[in-house]
Amino acid sequence: MSELTELTIKEAGRLLRLHSISAADLVTAHLERIEKLDRRVKAFLRFTPELWEKQAEAADERIKQGDTGALVGIPMAVKDVLCVRDVETTAGSQILSGFKPPYTGTAVSRLFEAGAVMLGVTNCDEFAMGSSTENSSYFPTHNPWDLDRVPGGSSGGSAAAVAAGEAMIALGTDTGGSIRQPAALCGVVGMKPTYGRVSRYGLIAFASSLDQVGPFARCVDDAAITLALMAGRDPLDATSSDRTGRDVLNNYGDAVKGMRLGVPREYYDVEGMEKGVKAAVDQAIKTLRDAGAEIVDVSLPHTDYGLAAYYIIAPAECSSNLARFDGVRYGISTEDAQNITEGYMRTRRKGFGTEVRRRVMLGTYALSSGYYDAYYLKAQKVRTLIKRDFDEAFQKCDAIVSATSPTVAFPLGSKTQDPLSMYLCDVLTLGGNLAGLPGISVPCGMSEGLPVGLQVLAPQWGENVALRVARAYEEASGVKAEVAPLA
Amino acid sequence: MPDANRKPPTPASPDLPGERGGWEVVIGMEVHVQPTTRSKMFCGCAVGPLGDPPNSNVCEVCLGMPGTLPVINKAAVEACLKTALALRCEIPRHTKFDRKNYMYPDLPKGYQISQYDLPMSINGHLEVGGRRVRIRRVHLEEDTGKLIHAGDKLHKAWESFVDLNRAGVPLMEIVTEPDLRSADEARDYAVALRTLLRTIGASEADMEKGQLRAEPNISIRRAGSDELGVKTEVKNINSFRALHRAILYEVSRQSEVLESGGTVVQETRGWSDAEQRTFSQRSKEFAEDYRYFPEPDLPPLELDAAWIEELRRALPELPGSRRERLVSQYGLPAADAVLIAADRDLADLFEGAATAGADAKHTANWIIGEVAPSGKFPTAEHLAELVKLVTAGSITRDQAREVLLESVETGRSPSAIVAEHGFAQVSDESALQAELQAVMAANPRAVEDYRAGKKQAIGALMADLTRGAPQANRKVAMKLLERLLG
Amino acid sequence: MPLSKEEVRHVALLARLSLEPGDEEFYAEQLSGILAHIDRLQQLDTESIPPTAQVVEVTNTLREDVPRHGLTQADALANAPAAVDGFFRVPSIQEEA
Repeated sequence: MSELTELTIKEAGRLLRLHSISAADLVTAHLERIEKLDRRVKAFLRFTPELWEKQAEAADERIKQGDTGALVGIPMAVKDVLCVRDVETTAGSQILSGFKPPYTGTAVSRLFEAGAVMLGVTNCDEFAMGSSTENSSYFPTHNPWDLDRVPGGSSGGSAAAVAAGEAMIALGTDTGGSIRQPAALCGVVGMKPTYGRVSRYGLIAFASSLDQVGPFARCVDDAAITLALMAGRDPLDATSSDRTGRDVLNNYGDAVKGMRLGVPREYYDVEGMEKGVKAAVDQAIKTLRDAGAEIVDVSLPHTDYGLAAYYIIAPAECSSNLARFDGVRYGISTEDAQNITEGYMRTRRKGFGTEVRRRVMLGTYALSSGYYDAYYLKAQKVRTLIKRDFDEAFQKCDAIVSATSPTVAFPLGSKTQDPLSMYLCDVLTLGGNLAGLPGISVPCGMSEGLPVGLQVLAPQWGENVALRVARAYEEASGVKAEVAPLA
Repeated sequence: MPDANRKPPTPASPDLPGERGGWEVVIGMEVHVQPTTRSKMFCGCAVGPLGDPPNSNVCEVCLGMPGTLPVINKAAVEACLKTALALRCEIPRHTKFDRKNYMYPDLPKGYQISQYDLPMSINGHLEVGGRRVRIRRVHLEEDTGKLIHAGDKLHKAWESFVDLNRAGVPLMEIVTEPDLRSADEARDYAVALRTLLRTIGASEADMEKGQLRAEPNISIRRAGSDELGVKTEVKNINSFRALHRAILYEVSRQSEVLESGGTVVQETRGWSDAEQRTFSQRSKEFAEDYRYFPEPDLPPLELDAAWIEELRRALPELPGSRRERLVSQYGLPAADAVLIAADRDLADLFEGAATAGADAKHTANWIIGEVAPSGKFPTAEHLAELVKLVTAGSITRDQAREVLLESVETGRSPSAIVAEHGFAQVSDESALQAELQAVMAANPRAVEDYRAGKKQAIGALMADLTRGAPQANRKVAMKLLERLLG
Repeated sequence: MPLSKEEVRHVALLARLSLEPGDEEFYAEQLSGILAHIDRLQQLDTESIPPTAQVVEVTNTLREDVPRHGLTQADALANAPAAVDGFFRVPSIQEEA
């Protein structure tokens, strides 16, 4: 039944409602695929039979009762930073080893209510800090298109699971590109919503003012449906907007004809941009023009400062967010410390990996007495400038298109020694986080046999605009996310 | 120098003035007040009573579980704004919360959500004993949990235990300028603040329950100097008396240190009620750096004028202006007005009774003498009735006390009680004459003595009258008896 | 602006991270490298630019003061490395006496 792992949500839903297959069949097909491939891909950290058994049974019952909900019975994978009640959730870190949250986060619980079936927990960079999933404290995940290469990160496990046909949809989180970049590198669709669109309740925080939960899928429709069902105001997240989740679908099926799409010159010639990526993106832009979109030049003049601002703001927030990992209420703890400070210091040195410690140090330094103005406050002001760049660009266009990542998937181990080179993976995506914009990455062809992603950024609350462009491109190009050709 | 080996200074005299041996005392107060709310500051956990089992009033939010987020309690914001208005503070339009970062086991998230550079209110004042104490700021934050240490002394503890029931309980922090000049003033300020908080219903402000925690910052300087001395902050104070004693102690200690050529160390000291002294509590290996930054999980607050106006209109009359009104409107002596205005319930009772026609001064006497000490409140109508019965001479003071008690306990009106007990005072001369003649007949010896010039013998006759006819109006009876004997 | 080892030690204490052999050099070098990139922020004149702490304009999301059930004591303590008699247990609180 391997073809069951290549279905879209719509296709699967049709078969389920025709009673050609059951939700249990879908689970079984995906488990077989996982059984066959995941030893090599290593997308999953843990599996959740206690959930899929009950949820598939419940889904079949709902379908029998005539429930036509789009996600009923759809197999889903969840990134290891989203809390699920009684399921070990570790943020890819040893410090949370064994932690079973006593509650389920809002995005996940909304998808559970919509009928999704959780297969398991996917690998990620520790505390979502990284662009290759190599910072997972468990093991690296491999790109299904080339097992010697990274899947991107930090949501690399979710991207790889969807790309390998191990899950139909997956949840990730995006703080600087952690959904869009792995989606691009794995050849799937990944979307980061507007900040505040999806509740962060239950998302183990990396950088609170940047983090958003979003979907991975193999087509734009699936991403749109998944997003619509988890979005919307949550009384448990004060930063969530009261705009409804359905907003993201407004007019999204419309053609791209007459839309103005901006190409920022700074994104076009970014440092390290590969020729093959550029060519694929050029071709995609041409396809959109041919479909009737007007392509306009725009400028984002502070692009060169984005990475610097991001690498103050995100570490500063993370240094505070990670202070709760102290070995008192959950997670690991070192034995026989002589006093509390020593206990804290040893627990955290042992429990956090290199990248996490590096960022906690950086963020602590940036907030510390005497440096706050020079670093943190300065970065917040530059954040204002970057946001204004986008505001101005959106005066001239409805959406911005660019490459998602300047490179295709790179070999495992090739950037782990040089943090700055790894950070540069996010230059095209992190602006969207700093400005709170919705952004989607959609496959736009191949370079050197590896997937390339087209990023569409829209103004705040313009998910429908980004989705519309992505969908129109998908339709016009005929390029569809494929299940990676793994035997 | 280890504090434990220090000889405690001679107990300070309770009437120690603000200036002592040429030293001027300078005190600023930080008071933490728990606003009256049903749930915690940032989560829905109930604000439970003290003494709940440990970690039983907690949820994933106040335990600082990964992935959880705070949401601001509206009632706490309103209590803080009401307090700020009552303290005549300016309320800025924009306010926000910040994170104060430090790791300690009673602080589950590793940061306290507090307010740093844009507090909810600034620049207010409170009148205390005719002086204006400036309020620097009033802001909102969350409480920490409770630590229990194994072993009797902190430094010998080899492990500690954490109870997070209190973690996340709302707190208002009210900070004065260093305007207080003596232990008496500091205590009076704290009392006045409590009265204010209770009057506006912002907090029960019970010190023993930890709902009001006063932390004085104390320094001394040479009288006439403009510079501030090095201050110490004193914690663990759980009564107004302790506040007073702790300040007196610190002033003595600091002046001894300075007079013996030493320097005061800026530090936090704890007050020990058992030992009646302060002790050095926190001398950290390095100065804490709290790394404040805006709390990204909480959107800022826009305090729009209509909301503030609505809260302002809903404020009851504040103790200061009520005190003045009790004097001007009812002619109460200032001392009585102070006592009655200090307690909203007493003041309401007074005004209710006075409005119902009872004599103001008598009503005040009954409230100060009977109601306040017993804490047993009649209704205003019943008190008015009682006062009228006494002033009309219908019942005696002793009878009235009994009637008051019974009225409070049963809820029945004083006149009904008086009627039932036959307490009505007998002032009718013909009725009294019969009683008195009976008394005279029963005590011929006393009558003879009186007539022989031993005027004090009348006391025995009156005593006999009171025994047989307690409801007799003694004043009327005495005059009548003198006539009968004469 | 490169970070000295002394600064590394100070920051590590603030961050409550113990330093193992080699850590000081490692952080000093790595953080200095990142900060060298970050220093480009100083090229921008931001004198008149307001800071952005939150990117979406949401304000006044308040919660009504209604209690709701939390966790049982057992659930609250379930993940604790050391729980005793309903409490979380921690090593001695270091305070000089």
